[in-house]
Order: sequence, then structure tokens, then C-alpha cells
Amino acid sequence: MRSVRALAAVALSLLAASNVAALAAEPKNGGILKVYHRDSPASASIHEEATYSVNIPFMPIFNNLVIYKQDVPQNSMESIVPDLAESWAWSGDRKTLSFKLRQGVKWHDGKPFTSADVKCTFDMLMGKSQQKFRKNPRKSWYSEVVDVTPKGDFEVAFNLTRPQPSMLALLASGYTPVYPCHVSPGDMRTKPVGTGPFKFVEFKANESIKITRNPDYWKKGLPHLDGIEYTIITNRSTAILGFISGQFDMTFPTEVSIPLLKDVKKQAPKAVCVVEPVNVSTNIIVNSSSPPFDNIDIRRAMALALDRKAFVSILFEGQADIGGTMLPAPGGLWAMPKEMLETIPGYGPDINANREEARKLMAKAGYGPGKHLAVKVATRNIPIYRDPAIILIDQLKSIHIDGELDVVETANWFSKVARKDYALGLNLTGNAVDDPDQSFFENYSCGSERNYTNYCNKDIEKMFDEQSAETDVAKRKKLVWEIDKKLQEDVARPIIYHGRMGSCWQPYVKGITIMVNSSYNGYRYEDVWMDK
Amino acid sequence: MFAYIVRRLVLMLVTLFGISVIIFVLLRVVPGNIVDILFDAAGFVDQADKANLEKELGLDQPIFVQYVKWIGGLLHGDLGYSYVSEKPALQEILPRIPITARLAALALLFSAAIGIPLGVISAVKQGTRLDYALRVVSLSGLSLPSFWLGLLILMASVAMFGTMPIFNPNPATWTEAFAIYCVPAMAVGFRSAALTMRITRSSMLEILRQDYIRTARAKGASESSVNYHHALKNAVLPVITVIGIEAAFLIGGLIVTETVFNIPGVARFLVEAIRWRDYPIVQNLVMLIALVVVVTNFTVDMLYAAIDPRIRYTD
Repeated sequence: MRSVRALAAVALSLLAASNVAALAAEPKNGGILKVYHRDSPASASIHEEATYSVNIPFMPIFNNLVIYKQDVPQNSMESIVPDLAESWAWSGDRKTLSFKLRQGVKWHDGKPFTSADVKCTFDMLMGKSQQKFRKNPRKSWYSEVVDVTPKGDFEVAFNLTRPQPSMLALLASGYTPVYPCHVSPGDMRTKPVGTGPFKFVEFKANESIKITRNPDYWKKGLPHLDGIEYTIITNRSTAILGFISGQFDMTFPTEVSIPLLKDVKKQAPKAVCVVEPVNVSTNIIVNSSSPPFDNIDIRRAMALALDRKAFVSILFEGQADIGGTMLPAPGGLWAMPKEMLETIPGYGPDINANREEARKLMAKAGYGPGKHLAVKVATRNIPIYRDPAIILIDQLKSIHIDGELDVVETANWFSKVARKDYALGLNLTGNAVDDPDQSFFENYSCGSERNYTNYCNKDIEKMFDEQSAETDVAKRKKLVWEIDKKLQEDVARPIIYHGRMGSCWQPYVKGITIMVNSSYNGYRYEDVWMDK
Repeated sequence: MFAYIVRRLVLMLVTLFGISVIIFVLLRVVPGNIVDILFDAAGFVDQADKANLEKELGLDQPIFVQYVKWIGGLLHGDLGYSYVSEKPALQEILPRIPITARLAALALLFSAAIGIPLGVISAVKQGTRLDYALRVVSLSGLSLPSFWLGLLILMASVAMFGTMPIFNPNPATWTEAFAIYCVPAMAVGFRSAALTMRITRSSMLEILRQDYIRTARAKGASESSVNYHHALKNAVLPVITVIGIEAAFLIGGLIVTETVFNIPGVARFLVEAIRWRDYPIVQNLVMLIALVVVVTNFTVDMLYAAIDPRIRYTD
């Protein structure tokens, strides 16, 4: 028996040693990483788009001032590291964030990088410069920034109206690269110039995106790859077959659904696959400005009728998360504790009791078995929207609401929502940064362009500012939980679930880290290499 | 004959003008434009930015002015700029035409090479086991959706050879080049071949019952001479019509095949352009397809006269 234990111990230690050896293996240089891309992006300009279809292929071209450490899966303040900035410092009143910039960095066209480029980038984002972006979807991120002032060529300060600790987190996102002053926004959409590890080669719409190694990259010895080629394949079956047959080294990150992942594992058993949260919530948008959902009882009844576990079980085979506005733990940093979550109406474990209560509220509003409430459930004509909408309609039947699916083409979805031409809608909300400032101000703040339901609560608005200015993380967390709970109780935008998606790569691809609380920030790929 | 050709050419111009008006108006009747879609993708709308973008793209101008600008440009060889890629439309469209043309030509070749001989055999051997077998094959060709057949081919290819023939602009070997065009051409040509085969069979059956066929046999002509020289030559007219229609259809109708085999051809590009409401691309591509259709129809009509001396286009 002793000898068996000893043998097992030796085997384990050998296994551990081999793992350490593999982890510590010297990266090999060379090779083109071949990845399929899920669709043809509208442009190559990260600042003008709001989809990771743009971040993934074009993030390797750029640098930020600061960035989330690319080999740490969970984005947090602790994982933020210098990038084009060598260091940063907050002023005593926490209203100025200063950066010392790296010297000797060159843009891909050979021009030097200076603080003027930082100022240009953020002036454009704040809408203050002569040159304008066609679209500026993240202008609201900088609402507290008064101005960006260069101090010499290699120092720059962000002056804020009030302390905002999350500013650093926003600057570390894959959505916040520094653009060159001397290249127009139009050129950045078609042939972007950066300071990053890879240079832009070509972007053929509906065909491919190619980037190549930047031999003059300021981080000596990086990147390891000679280049990355993204082949645009809109047909998911073809794309997956391409990966299985070895024609691609990697799938499009966080794009493989749970059922498809099973197929991949079966047909390519050596592939490395992970399933992680994407920080995209599926939620219900309610038009509370007109009947019948101007009645809070009906809104609450609807929230009580939700069987979230059924959604997760049917659509994700159990692999998705239930929570409030903020991404649930362990991936998310700001989610309220489970025991607090379960006190919110509709989140309790007894679905029958919840629905019984919902039916009472419906009866109070005048609806019951003899008089059903007929509504249209609007959603985009895309499976990830359509499928949960169908389940929602089924669940609403239990409280005498007869839903009818109203599928809307993408081209008309936002304009329909903006003109409040819906009673009930099913929507997806992606969060680039796991920070309450990004989520609360963007989606729930009075007057925000992305606050589709026009939910406006002045008391909560004050709490948004309070948590945003709070520098003590523990205190801020408690405030955030309170706000999140209140948002769910107000049925502002009931959250159904937070999805998870799969990513796969061939075993010889090393250095890939899929982030667990954002699907927008982890694609610099300067450390990625291929062991072949 | 000359007057007929002139009349047809004028009619072609009128048809193209009509199509240009229809496509231009229809595109603008469909809800949403490129600006709506761009802002939808960004999940917000800034009315001032939206108005600026509409002005930049000329979408704020009256529809008549937009039409005149487009047609004026078209007549001067200026197809405008793609709203999405911001590149000249001609630069976007031109490289895709040879890809689709090659695929369509191979599919037609496959269709004719398989469909016509099998159709003749099926007619000549009418009522035999071979005829029944060929009719089953042709029926299945018409019944199988090409996307399903395409996916099946890809799956079988991965399972059997560990690779699959998806498009590569720079094929490394001759066999790869063959695979990336011929396999999709066969997938799409299977349906055309089935149609050609059925038309050939029914046309042949009709001709084989004619008096002059009986006369040829009575005069001692060999069976193959009767079938291929006397019968097929006269039975081929409806087959040419079908092949002509198929040729016109294939230029714009390869969407499923191009999507499944990831071929960056005209059809897939057109669908993407419609999705983005990329008017310059859609308008010009539809005009190109319309041009191919009317020219093909014209060519088929001219071929009638060349093949069948009984047909004469008189003034």
C-alpha cells in the first residue's frame, strides 16, 4: 500500500513538474495565427464601433495608456498595468489623474508618439476637437472629464469634475486605444495606424483581415507571431468545420455556443476549449410610459413570473449565471451576494410561490383566467434574441399574459426602441468593463442615449454619483449592491441571465487568456505563440 | 433580322432603365438606411451625428436628385463609393465577378455535361430500370437544398480527408484550386444537372415520336445517329432555354453555395450589402445581374436561330 502511495506521489510530482515545464516553456517566434471571424465589421475603427467584432482583430494594432494585464483572466484595478503610460498618479483631491508617457515609441508610419496624440484621442472622444468621429458610442464614459492637458511631450493629465476611481478601468479597456493625431478618423476606419505589436495589412470586407508583426514594437522581443489572419466566415457550421479540420488555429473567441462546443470536443478531442462569462446580460425592456406596463403591479407580476433557471437550462445546458445588473460572481467583481439577490421579488427559489403572487398582482390590475392581457414581445431577428423571447412568452402565459413574438430586423430595431414603439422587448446588453460606472450611467441614467426604457429615478441617480466618487472599494461595493437591488425591484430592466460562451484553440497555440468578466479587453495577443 | 436585333437592343435598354428605377425606389422604401444600421450597431443614436452622416453620404438629398447622380455617374463609369468600406464601389465589385463567373461557368458545364447525356439515355431507355434510376437521381437533385448538400460535402470531406474545400484566394496546389471551385460547382450544378436532365428527357421523348425519326430509322440510320444526330439536335432548343435561365440565375443566385463554401463572390456580397443598406453596392450589383440576364436572354434567342434553321426573325 505504501509503495502504491509513493508511486502515486511520484507520478503526481512528475505531472506537476511537466506542467510547470510546459508553462515555463520558452515561447517560439514565428507563424501566422489563423482565426475565423464571425462577421464582417463595419469598420476598423475601435472608437467608432460597439462590438467585439472590431476589438478582436484590431486591438493588436494599438496600445492604450494602461491595459488590463493580458494573462490575468479577471479584469480588476489590481490587474491594470502600464502600456503607453509608464506610470500614473492620482492627485490628493483625486480629481486629477496624471500619466507619465513612454518615450521613443513610434507609430507604425514612423512618426513619434507624444502627449499630443493622447490629447487628440480624448478630445475627439469628448467631442471637443475639429475632427469628428462618425459615431462616438462611448462619449458618456468621459462625462466627468473636464479636459486632458499635456505637460510637455511625455506627460498628460486628465482633469475630472469629481473623483472617479473607475476612470482608470475605462482607460484600460480594449475600447480605449490611443489614436494618432496625424491620421484622420476616416483613414482609421479603413487603414488604422497604431503603436501596437501588429501592423495593419488589409481588410477585405466579407473576406479577411490581415495584420503583420511590427518589427519595431517598443516591447523588445514581442510579438511572437509573424501575423494574424482572420478569415470572415459568416456560416457558423462552415467555420466550426474549418476549426475541426485544422484549417484554423482558433475559433472566434467567446462565440462557440454550448451545444456546438460539445460537437467540437467530440470531433477535435485535442482542442483546448473553455467556457467563460461574456458579461452580456439578456434582459427585458419595458415601456413603462404607456399602458399596460405603466402599471407597476403588472411590471412586478412579470418580474415574478420569470423562471430564470429554465432559461439557463434550455439555452445553456445550465452553463449561464443568474444575477442583477452587475455580472455575477465568481467572474464578476460587483455582484450582490446570493442571499441578498434572493430577497428580490422574482429571484426566490420557489417559482410557484412567485407566480402565485404574480397572479394576485395581475388580478389586482384586472387580469385573470377569464381576461388575458395580450402584448407583443419585440426582439431582434437574431437567434440569441429570438430564442429567449420565445421562452419568455411561454413563461408569461402562467400569469395570463398572452405574448406574441414581434421580430424586428436589425436595421429597424434601435429606431423602434428609441421611438418607444413597443410594450415589451427582449434585449441584450454587453458591458465592456466590469465596473458599475459603465453599466449604471450607460443603461439607467436619466437622459442616457442607451437608457432605452427611459427609466429615471432621481434618488438612484444621486446614488450613481455617490458610488462613482467613492474611493473605498468595500463601501462602494455596498452602495452598488443597494443600487442594483433597487433597480431590480423597480423592474427598470429585469435581468434574465448572464450568458457564457465557449472559445477553442488548437493545443499548440499558447498564451491565450479568455477574460472572465469582459469579452472586449483581452485581444492584444503580443504574448501568443505557437508551439509547432 | 437586323431590325429585330436593333429592336431587341432598344428593349434591353428600356428594361435596364426600368430595373434601375425599381431597384432604386425599392431600396429606399425598405425601412432603415445605412445610418440607422451603423447607429443600431453602436446601440445609441446621436441625432446631430446622424444628420451629419446622412449629409456626408448624400442621403439627405431628394430621391430624384440621388437617382440622377447615380445614373449620371454610372454612364460615366463612376459607380460611387461603398458606404461601409468607403472604397470605390467598382474596386469592391470587380474582383468578385471572376470568382462568381468561374463558379457559375463550372456549375453550368457540370450541369450540361451530366444532364444532357443522362437525359438522352433516360429517354432512349424509357421504362427500363436505368431510366427509373436516373429519374430518381434527377428528382433527388431537384429536391435536395443546395445548402444541405454543401454542408454534407464539407462534413464528409472533413471526416474522410481531414480537410475541406473552403475558399482560398491563393491555392497552394493544383488539387486545392480544383477543390475550391469544382466541389462547390458540383454542389450547385447537381440541381441544374437534374433540371437539364429532366428537360432533355421530356424533349427527347417528344422528338423520338416524330415521323421523321421513324423515317430515319426506316432508311436504316443507326440508333446512335438517330438519337444524337436527328433527335438531340432538335430536342436541344428547350434545353438551351433552361441553361440560359440557369446561367442568369447563377450570377446572383449562388448565395447559399457562396456562404457555405465561404466564397467571396457577387451573390454573398450582394446579400451583405443589402443587410447594410449599402445602396451604391446593391444598385450597381443588381444592375450588373440585370445586364447579365438580359444579355443571356438575347444570346439564347440568337442561338435559336443559329441552331434551328426553321426559326427566322423577320421584319
